[in-house]
Amino acid sequence: MRNKNLCFIRLATAAMVAIVLLLTGSHIATAADQPSMANSEIKIDNFTFGPQTVTVPVGATVTWTNKDDIPHTSVSTDGVFKSKVLDTEEKFSYTFSKAGSYPYYCTIHPKMTGTIVVK
Amino acid sequence: MPEKKQDLIDQKLQDLNNDGVDRRGFLKCMAWAGTGLVWTLSGGVPVSRAFAKDHSKDAGKRADFSFVQISDSHIGFNKPANPDVTATLQTAINKINAMPNKPDFIIHTGDLSQLSKPSEFDTLDQVLKGASAKQVYFVPGEHDMLSDNGEQFLERYGKGTKGTGWYSFDHKGVHFVGLVNVANLKAGGMGSLGQEQLEWLEDDLHGRSASTPIVLFAHIPLWTIYPDWGWGTDDSEQALSYVKRFGSVTVLNGHIHQIMQKVEGKVSFHTAMSTAFPQPAPGSAPSAGPMKVPADQLQKVLGITDVNYVVSGRSLAILDSTLGA
Repeated sequence: MRNKNLCFIRLATAAMVAIVLLLTGSHIATAADQPSMANSEIKIDNFTFGPQTVTVPVGATVTWTNKDDIPHTSVSTDGVFKSKVLDTEEKFSYTFSKAGSYPYYCTIHPKMTGTIVVK
Repeated sequence: MPEKKQDLIDQKLQDLNNDGVDRRGFLKCMAWAGTGLVWTLSGGVPVSRAFAKDHSKDAGKRADFSFVQISDSHIGFNKPANPDVTATLQTAINKINAMPNKPDFIIHTGDLSQLSKPSEFDTLDQVLKGASAKQVYFVPGEHDMLSDNGEQFLERYGKGTKGTGWYSFDHKGVHFVGLVNVANLKAGGMGSLGQEQLEWLEDDLHGRSASTPIVLFAHIPLWTIYPDWGWGTDDSEQALSYVKRFGSVTVLNGHIHQIMQKVEGKVSFHTAMSTAFPQPAPGSAPSAGPMKVPADQLQKVLGITDVNYVVSGRSLAILDSTLGA
């Protein structure tokens, strides 16, 4: 009886350790994946937004960086977000809290357009 | 000059408007920076002349008046294409001041500043103060309307103008109209005048004699040069329909930092060079970004484009020649 109990405890402990390890492991994996999955970088280069269409999960932050020698803006067509004028190497970030499709453009060079899809 | 850049310059200009501007014509027109455009208005036979030549015997002497167009000073720009845009603007002003026939006034067709900063406008004012022609007429470029919807530009340069800064004036029998096509731009579009301004223009021209010479000036070209780069104005067609009945119409624009021209019926279109930095020929580069040339090249290509504008009763003759180094 005593041995049986001991055996059970040992087994249970081993199982728990395994579960904890599994949980920890999966937690680490999730933590490592999250930033690249959730957040997104958009380069403004040669008068284009790249990538032109970006799909991100709800809660993701998108950051635009102007790599051109000419100032640009990133402004939502529907008035959801609006950057200040971004000179060379300046950045603008916006966190999307609702699902939807967000078309945007550069108000200085309106031929420059892009879309953020939030799912 | 790096081979690649030279290739870009040598590349044949896309003749999108079938206006006959080939490589030779393009190179002839090209003078990169530190430039102005001299307009001489005179009755009689059209005569073109180079700025550097002796003016005393040609049409300039008989001119009723002349004016100079400068454009795209981009004060505040400090990147490799031209780290000192104030100096090249100063060069342009010096050339204007050295002209034997003093222009009555200067027209600046926009992008005075790089980022609409007060300090940039201050610097521009300081340089322009040194011009022999004291009267300067402005229209804004998109760089002059950043952040504040052009409020500061209007405060400084647009007193007494309508809407976002449009206006007209008469000078010695010629009717000048300054238009704004850089405000409230729509996603995916090009330059835009907007309904309010178009209505004003129709009204402004209404009742004027068809023999009145008309000069329209605006920042972005009022003819479609290259839609992919936004080099055109979405509703310019309507504006141009209002000037069709006039015998002599001249359209002066900037924005594209190079000379392009075409004549369509009685309407002559012309874009001016920048005083700051050149931009590539349409489609010859990945984007319309500043075209980098070595410093010594930039100085060598400083010049002034001299164009005689003469009402001949048939059409206008507009010819350019570079000053060279």
